[in-house]
Amino acid sequence: MSETSSSSTAITGAEIFCRSLQAEGVDVVFGYPGGAVLHIYDALYRQDKVSHVLVRHEQGAVHAAEGYAKSSDKPGVALVTSGPGATNAITGIADAYMDSVPLVVFTGQVPTSLIGNDAFQEVDTVGITRPCVKHNFLVKDVKDLATTIKKAFYVATTGRPGPVVVDIPKDVTAASCEFEYPESIHMRSYNPTFGGYTGQIDKAVDLILSAKQPMIYTGGGVILGRGSEALTEFTRKLGYPITNTLMGLGGYPASDKQFLGMLGMHGTYEANMAMHHADVLIAIGARFDDRVTGNIEKFCPHAKIVHVDVDPSSISKNVKVDVPIVGEVEPVLRALIKALDAANAKPDPEALDAWWKQIREWQSQDCLKYDRESELIKPQYVVQKFWELTQGDAFVTSDVGQHQMWAAQFYGFDKPNRWINSGGLGTMGVGLPFAMGVQFAHPDATVGCITGEASIQMCIQELSTCYQYQLPIKILNLNNRYLGMVRQWQEFFYQGRYAMSYMDALPDFVKLAEAYGHVGMRIDKPGDVEGAIKEALAQKERLVFLDFLTDQSENVYPMIPAGAGQNEMILV
Amino acid sequence: MRHIISVLLENESGALSRVAGLFSARGYNIESLTVAPTDDPSLSRMTIVTSGSDEIVEQITKQLNKLVDVIKLLDMTAHPHIEREMALVKVRVGEAADREEVKRLTDIFRGRIIDVTQQTYVIEITGEGSKLDAFLEAVSPFPVLEVVRSGVMGIARGDVALQL
Ligand SMILES: Cc1cc2nc3c(=O)[nH]c(=O)nc-3n(C[C@H](O)[C@H](O)[C@H](O)COP(=O)(O)OP(=O)(O)OC[C@H]3O[C@@H](n4cnc5c(N)ncnc54)[C@H](O)[C@@H]3O)c2cc1C
Ligand SMILES: Cc1ncc(C[n+]2csc(CCOP(=O)(O)OP(=O)(O)O)c2C)c(N)n1
Ligand SMILES: [Mg+2]
Repeated sequence: MSETSSSSTAITGAEIFCRSLQAEGVDVVFGYPGGAVLHIYDALYRQDKVSHVLVRHEQGAVHAAEGYAKSSDKPGVALVTSGPGATNAITGIADAYMDSVPLVVFTGQVPTSLIGNDAFQEVDTVGITRPCVKHNFLVKDVKDLATTIKKAFYVATTGRPGPVVVDIPKDVTAASCEFEYPESIHMRSYNPTFGGYTGQIDKAVDLILSAKQPMIYTGGGVILGRGSEALTEFTRKLGYPITNTLMGLGGYPASDKQFLGMLGMHGTYEANMAMHHADVLIAIGARFDDRVTGNIEKFCPHAKIVHVDVDPSSISKNVKVDVPIVGEVEPVLRALIKALDAANAKPDPEALDAWWKQIREWQSQDCLKYDRESELIKPQYVVQKFWELTQGDAFVTSDVGQHQMWAAQFYGFDKPNRWINSGGLGTMGVGLPFAMGVQFAHPDATVGCITGEASIQMCIQELSTCYQYQLPIKILNLNNRYLGMVRQWQEFFYQGRYAMSYMDALPDFVKLAEAYGHVGMRIDKPGDVEGAIKEALAQKERLVFLDFLTDQSENVYPMIPAGAGQNEMILV
Repeated sequence: MRHIISVLLENESGALSRVAGLFSARGYNIESLTVAPTDDPSLSRMTIVTSGSDEIVEQITKQLNKLVDVIKLLDMTAHPHIEREMALVKVRVGEAADREEVKRLTDIFRGRIIDVTQQTYVIEITGEGSKLDAFLEAVSPFPVLEVVRSGVMGIARGDVALQL
């Protein structure tokens, strides 16, 4: 090829960046500009296919990208500058890593000639992010840029999803070369599992059908792997009880009678008791987290375990399993359904009857009961009303704390991708930026953010972003004037010494919301809760900040204390 | 139990730190780690000596496999294999008698003296770790100035081969 013809079609790295994102079908990037990414911003400005959302803090950009990804079937994309831009993004990247969220995060970097020189706004982004990414890249040559972006999206979205960081030095964005976006990519060192390894299916089916006291335990993998329809069919076919982890809620319809609620530290009595007494446990896309297992020595003492997971390292990591199946939930569940249909045996009806009788008895404990006559607003009541008034069909984000648990317990999710929260890292501050990402993915949907007065302050600046883009999010602030989750532990385990858990000097949230251009309301009587939520929902075009002054002493029940087994819950 | 794991990975900057970082982040033992490019310069081969219960070693191999830069690995412990390590040992040998004795020990261990001055020998010796330990013990009556050990390399016997 002659030099002239190649230079006539050569475009800059910044333009290659935009064209690559277009080729990936990216419609929105959450970001914040700075020196190292100015060429990229200039190129973004001169095209109109990929839109850019200006957040107010890079943490918000990454969380918004997570919210977008978790509620849709596309990866989230964020763009930040070098140095402080990259370090501000770390919390979001680590959050996405822990919850396996498909993200591609682009960070600017100082020019290649200055790397390693302690240049202005230089940090070793690839080094800092290495422990909390699925993979990362430093692009040193503009010729590698398009292929690297292709790889980044491929790695982020396949196998067990996760965040991928692409660090791009400024000179690479200025240099030019010809652009060709690879159609497909092969990486000899990365071969994610597609489909499922079916060798173990028959063995699994034999075990599943032999159960007298079966239990199905599913997690975030069902949501990530779009397996909820297959899971529902599988579960109904068997007639077995099912529980979801915090990350798996919505994977099976909460309103179904086979659903026992969430399990784990703040799971229901019936779910945890059924786990403890199960003789066969069918674990699907769940990773036996310590918040779920409680004391591992006492976990499911009687159960033989089938475990379906796309990541071999999730299998037998914390709990030794009997029948491992490495594969994606959806195809594996389809194979299991097929094998069940072909099997001669059926679940033992008498054993199953007896088991359900036992479970109904546990359910009669009514472990989620709370005082409905109270003069004070009960946080559970607010969530329940919100569920009712949105017909259980809203997208709900939460922050981290007691309010998160009440949201999980009282908003019954019948559909996947509706419940957006931070489980693995447990990051306060995610709620509002998550909600922004969700609203961008679903412009017409009702998006609620159930938060606490402490968490909401950790990314409160994003109220400004919400105003700029007119995002009509409904914020439900369960304001107990405490780091409630911390206060609860201090009450239970530190004899009520409430060290630093009282939230003093709170802002007036109504005025704060108004200062940002939104509607604010304070609600302090149970009788006003319903009306306020209705009014907020009626304000279709506006963000409404509902500041509920709730009972300060309310605790989350049930609770499995640290070191206890699943059958050793503290009940209300 | 002690395991020796050989890993083929992309010969890219950062690949080594991903492996090293994995071991420190997850608190796995690392007794030695050697790495160098292979005959195919786009590939590196790494030998890791580690120890842990079966469950931990299973996690180690799974986590290594999960690293995007890792192409393939083989736990040598599961196969008949050969291990080799090299040591370079500098010994002060001022007296003629010392020179005699150190030369004799080197011969017994099938080592080679590869540098000679009036005051010092540098001895090259290869073998399994235990042989190197025994040699170092044997020369310990003499003033040992420096010991450099390469860390373990391993290869499976027979047809088993770690290759693309
Ligand atoms: C304050 C607080 C309290 C908490 N209390 C609880 C509690 O009471 N109960 C509870 O359950 N959690 C609780 N958590 C959350 C907990 O920390 C963990 O985040 C959660 O239990 C993990 O959920 P999971 O097992 O579904 O795994 P996830 O983190 O969702 O992981 C998904 C798993 O599925 C696999 N996977 C992904 N995609 C696929 C696919 N396509 N096919 C197959 N497999 C796939 C992954 O490899 C992984 O193993 C709490 C968190 C906080 C912050
Ligand atoms: C960034 C961050 N810092 C600290 C914590 C520890 N932490 C967990 S819950 C919690 C209190 C949250 O208070 P609030 O948002 O008011 O919720 P509440 O528990 O009162 O409902 C704290 C401090 C955390 N999870 N995240
Ligand atoms: Mg609070």
